Amino acid sequence: MGRYVIRRLLQMIPVFIGSTFLIFFMVYALGDPVAALFGDRAPDPATAAQIRNELHLNDPLWKQYLLYMKNIFSGDFGTAFNGQSVTSLMGSAFPVTIRLTIVAIIFEIIIGITLGVITGMRRGKPVDTGVLLLTLIVISVPTFVTGYVLQYLFGVQLKWTAPSVSPEAPFNELILPGLVLALVSLAYVTRLTRTSIAENTRADYLRTAVAKGLPRRRIIIRHLLRNSLIPVVTFIGTDVGFLMGGAIVTERIFNIHGVGFQLYQGILRNNAPTVVGFVTILVLVFLLANLLVDLLYAVLDPRIRYA
Amino acid sequence: MRGATRVRWAVGVTVVALTAAACGGGDSGGGGSSGGSGGGIVRASWGDPQNPLEPANTTEVQGGKVLDMIFRGLKFYNPKTAKAENMVADSITTTDSQNFDIKLKSGWTFSNGEPVTSDSFIDAWNYDTQLKNAQLNASFFQYIDGYDKVHPDAPGAKASAATLSGLTKVSDTEFKVRLNQKFALFPDTLGYAAFDPLPKAFFTNRSAWLAKPIGNGPYQISSYTKGSKMELKKWDGYKGPDPAQNGGVELRVYTDNNTAYTDLQAGNIDLVDDIPVSQLRNVKADLGSRYINQPAGIIQTIAFPLYSPRWSSANAAKVRQGLSMAINRDQITKQIFEDTRTPASDWTSPVLGDAGGFKKGLCGDECTYNADKAKQLISQGGGLPGGHITITYNADTGSHKEWIDAVCNSINNALGNNKACVGAPVGTFADFRNRITNKQLNDPFRAGWQMDYPLIQDFLQPQYFTGASSNDSHYSSPTFDSLVNQANAAGSTSESVSKFQDAEKQLVKDMPAIPLWYQNGSAGYSSNLSNVALNPFSVPVYNEIKVS
Amino acid sequence: MPDTNPIDPEQGPIAPGGGYGGGMDLAASDAEALEREPGHGQEPGGPTGKPRSLWSDAWRDLRRNPIFIISVLIILFLIFISLWPGTIATQDPLAANLSKSQAGPEPGHPFGFDSQGRDVYTRVVYGARASVTVGVCATLGVVLLGSVLGGLAGFFGGWWDAILSRISDIFFGIPVVLGGLVFLSVVTNSTVWPVIGFMVLLGWPQIARIARGSVITARQNDYVQAARALGAGNSRMLLRHIAPNAVAPVIVVGTIALGTYIALEATLSYLGVGLKPPTVSWGIDISDASNQIRNAPHMLLWPAGALSITVLAFIMLGDAVRDALDPKLR
Repeated sequence: MGRYVIRRLLQMIPVFIGSTFLIFFMVYALGDPVAALFGDRAPDPATAAQIRNELHLNDPLWKQYLLYMKNIFSGDFGTAFNGQSVTSLMGSAFPVTIRLTIVAIIFEIIIGITLGVITGMRRGKPVDTGVLLLTLIVISVPTFVTGYVLQYLFGVQLKWTAPSVSPEAPFNELILPGLVLALVSLAYVTRLTRTSIAENTRADYLRTAVAKGLPRRRIIIRHLLRNSLIPVVTFIGTDVGFLMGGAIVTERIFNIHGVGFQLYQGILRNNAPTVVGFVTILVLVFLLANLLVDLLYAVLDPRIRYA
Repeated sequence: MRGATRVRWAVGVTVVALTAAACGGGDSGGGGSSGGSGGGIVRASWGDPQNPLEPANTTEVQGGKVLDMIFRGLKFYNPKTAKAENMVADSITTTDSQNFDIKLKSGWTFSNGEPVTSDSFIDAWNYDTQLKNAQLNASFFQYIDGYDKVHPDAPGAKASAATLSGLTKVSDTEFKVRLNQKFALFPDTLGYAAFDPLPKAFFTNRSAWLAKPIGNGPYQISSYTKGSKMELKKWDGYKGPDPAQNGGVELRVYTDNNTAYTDLQAGNIDLVDDIPVSQLRNVKADLGSRYINQPAGIIQTIAFPLYSPRWSSANAAKVRQGLSMAINRDQITKQIFEDTRTPASDWTSPVLGDAGGFKKGLCGDECTYNADKAKQLISQGGGLPGGHITITYNADTGSHKEWIDAVCNSINNALGNNKACVGAPVGTFADFRNRITNKQLNDPFRAGWQMDYPLIQDFLQPQYFTGASSNDSHYSSPTFDSLVNQANAAGSTSESVSKFQDAEKQLVKDMPAIPLWYQNGSAGYSSNLSNVALNPFSVPVYNEIKVS
Repeated sequence: MPDTNPIDPEQGPIAPGGGYGGGMDLAASDAEALEREPGHGQEPGGPTGKPRSLWSDAWRDLRRNPIFIISVLIILFLIFISLWPGTIATQDPLAANLSKSQAGPEPGHPFGFDSQGRDVYTRVVYGARASVTVGVCATLGVVLLGSVLGGLAGFFGGWWDAILSRISDIFFGIPVVLGGLVFLSVVTNSTVWPVIGFMVLLGWPQIARIARGSVITARQNDYVQAARALGAGNSRMLLRHIAPNAVAPVIVVGTIALGTYIALEATLSYLGVGLKPPTVSWGIDISDASNQIRNAPHMLLWPAGALSITVLAFIMLGDAVRDALDPKLR
């Protein structure tokens, strides 16, 4: 087990190098960022050349990449075009996004799995159909619309909460944004749990458990749920990345200055340091999330062993 | 040094207290002191400035808002009439439209106590121009003699001088400017933020200054958290004619103007200066009289790549005129923009006023919708090149898709072909600009011009003069150029303006860009505020807002 | 196909690690009947002449499942209007009459007009082609690529797993916006294929993870161990023993993803790199309507409704196929 974890952690090194290079290359492929700095005005060539020089944009790609990596190892992630260092952007964006992601994942776990167990055990019943309809709505109505409608309802009409989140973004202000962010994933979690539960209600060990006369609650949680959770856990593991990096729409609606927003800005402005820096951290988060998921497999299904 | 820190700290405490009062009270604002000048804080929407907040490095309106509050230049554009009026300048005189003598009023200081002298301007302008400082607006100093030495144009060239030879200090309150060509309207350009003075504190410690800029305007910055908010406090030491009528302004960064609008509805913010297009249909019902919709110095056009063989032929001008006549501006401004745009009939803006050079209907029939005539002209010109055209726009900023689609539909309806014109989105503004600068576009593209200063010269010369900095069409007309030169050398403003209008008439014939509509500024505010207005740059006049 | 009933859990030895061994008699399926869906086939195994494989069993089940039949009918209808939209919509989806902008229903225009004054009904009908193609092809591509790579990673483990999983990690790291702007902005043609290719490129890692997880679980099952002991080859084990047992989560995620791909196409269009006009799609219309939700909800209702029905059909199809493949239901 210990050796497995160490091996997995070591694998982060090639992934780190691979993904930084890939993202660096992609931002490079986006094109020259300098012209856009001048707004609608054509750049004056001398100033533009000076800026390109300062950003090393005239060097060949490999040289820019090596320089970037060298700076990273000395703790310098570069600066965004507004003059802020990327480390300070990350310092303000990641805590907010991590909190938002935690709220969303808690919703996925509590609501998603609960609905999944209920619908899985009552297949074809009205509650199952009702949840299916909700699922369809969640999939086909854009997050922008659900987000805006909920914001308008709770923020303007009912005044239960402020429509936008303050810069500090404490947990209690993130409940509504977290729910909106989790909605599509909820559909997945619910349907995955439902299917697994439905499959496993027919498994031998469950019938054994029923035959042994174990209490229903214990059967559901200890036997049924535990064995049904592997696909769900896998999904939530993959979802961490989407939630953290892809919350652009949710973050915009609720004015949250998080990772999604900074990443989006960096991409639109072709700012390599911002994009590579943020994505690198995100990839490391995915890797850890995956490792955690793989270790959970062994907990959920004792037959799975890692050497 | 230590003393200064302490002062700043004390200021910080006061502002925290003020803000706390404003937020806590909600309606009461400044409480007891709400008599004349009021102590309430205006909570306003803001966008993250794209560049560091230096006067000559700010190319967009969000950074410009702040510069507007914390700086006052030689001239100041009257928020109502757009006329350039003396502010720090006592007088600007010339006899030949090329040598200017600038005298400053005495008594102006920066908010850190430093006096505003002629050095504050000369040092700032030299700094702004120097190549090594890579200021995005350096080209605004190009008419000053010696610019090419301090800021050589060829990429890679080294500067051969550190200071502009055209600037000469006479005394602490007077300096002379020599231009490298005649430019009658030069004094009127000096209200632009790039010409703002800078205190010594900027040159001694630039990074500290950037973290919290210090200026000479009616407000001073009390705290600035990049990316989320800036708190500005009324500067009590301000001696100018336009002190703040409120206790301060809190600018909150919104990444989506729709959220700012929702926050306004919920009462969490007082002022939103950019009503989202999607809410225009509701804004009157939501806000009633607390909605402002007034002209601003912005014109939208569709520009043609005249360097492309598709558009360079002599006949192509007919096609361009035909396309202009195929666009139903009235209907689009009404249905898509809810009258927050005014159909354009020249290439300037109504905010200039008639004396400033705006002339309604200058474009005449060529800018008036007439489907039959349009079809006829286009076929006379040889038809659309290749049978169909695209209009390129960037998808990331502004909501251009809707109106581009509407323009294309209007052209398609006029031509009776639903595939004659389609919109062609480009992912990012950066990519869009690169394609334009590198002459990669072969079909028309959207163009917008927000004036730097309210002069007809600023609408025409940068965009249509041969080789000018924003001449994205690469339009070149000897007639137009010579009329512009005459206008710049003219002895009086009115003579200059009428020459510019003569030049503008050449644009009707050549139609390098189709004028679409003049953009209005729009804003909404809460019932806590009164006396809210937008200036001709569509920026709220913060210092005049009263908080009840 | 000599192997008649390979997936009988009862034939395996007691599970090595787990405590819940078999021991129940499958024939005594009273308990199971409680869980059955209505309409499911009742006879455990009709005597047909030739030996039946799992897949032919599944097909027999499916043909009699009303859920399956309804979903197939909806899908056939979608295919029909994708191919021949003109049969049920006679107007031009591009014809715009701006004076009708966002107007409600009127005779001849049952769903009203969009912002440009185009007929919403016609656009919903014509939008099916691009949207259904994107949804179905992207899902198929993602599911095939993802489950093959993920399945291999989960089955072989070790280096295979390490390399495939780490590659998928790198792909996971590419933000959709960045990938879209890089890969799709160079594309100039306005067909759906670049968009589909892009979705497959960025979508497969998720299915791969899910498939890998399922295969890792399924690999531990007694009957797989038994098959291995009996000397079954790798490919045979994967296809006949593991795949049918690991496929359920992939189907579930795939069917929902189908809907999200149709919606993602709108996001790409919004970014200016998706389907380009004059292509008509539900995604583009939904995206255009989103901003107008306060002014003209009908603009959103109809394309979103069409998307819902499509997703519903595929979810039902997925459920039916999954049930048919599940040996425990038999």
